[in-house]
Amino acid sequence: MTGTVTKTETLPIKDSSDVVFVRQRVRVWATEMKLSLVDQTKLVTAASELGRNTLEHGGGGQLEISEVVNGLRKGIKLTFSDKGPGIPDIKLALTDGYTSRQGMGLGLGGSKRLMNEFEIQSAPGEGTTVTVIRWK
Amino acid sequence: MERIPILRMGNFLLVTIQVDMHDKLALTLQDDLTSKIADVGAKGVLIDISSLEIVDSFIGRTLANIASMARVLDAQTVVVGMQPAVAITLVELGMSLPGIRTALNVESGMQYLHETVTSDRDSEEYDGDSD
Repeated sequence: MTGTVTKTETLPIKDSSDVVFVRQRVRVWATEMKLSLVDQTKLVTAASELGRNTLEHGGGGQLEISEVVNGLRKGIKLTFSDKGPGIPDIKLALTDGYTSRQGMGLGLGGSKRLMNEFEIQSAPGEGTTVTVIRWK
Repeated sequence: MERIPILRMGNFLLVTIQVDMHDKLALTLQDDLTSKIADVGAKGVLIDISSLEIVDSFIGRTLANIASMARVLDAQTVVVGMQPAVAITLVELGMSLPGIRTALNVESGMQYLHETVTSDRDSEEYDGDSD
């Protein structure tokens, strides 16, 4: 997760309309950075999956959107954090088809495939922070 | 309460999703469509998603559920107009939407529904069933 943060915005994730707002704001950031349409779509889709996880599994939390610069590269970094129950087995949670509820089980593993960088920090009782970057 | 309108055209129901749906709205659409199929005895459902800028796993699952429920109620579903960037993202996400019939646009989607429903009726007549 290397890169210098140049600007940020923080959004709350408390209900399902916040997830829609998260998608819209991430789209605005992606458009301003002039990401290709496919990259914009991947970033917004991953934001939707991870935002829903923060809401459904983490009991709500927040998203920090940042512009990051690493040498000549620019990208968008998304940090989703919650103070929920945490993930006991991260490796298992990243497996396609694994779901703790009624979902498809594609949220975490799928989002990882859509991003260039993906990092997850979690422990039982200590909440979850997922950080992803899509480089331009 | 916010709702997505469902239009009826003969035996078919038409839905155009033009808003960025939150999860509850997607579930409301699923319930409304399923009830409407049963109410009017619809034989086909066409869902136009050409305005959708993303389809995530939740919306994908909702579309798959609608198609399954419609099939159980003797109706065919076709999802039309998916943007190429959405298709690329969905497959990379891990969802290839098995069980969902798709078409490039409303016109070919309608054609598919007409053909399927007509051929169903023909085969029923061939079997000697009568209504």
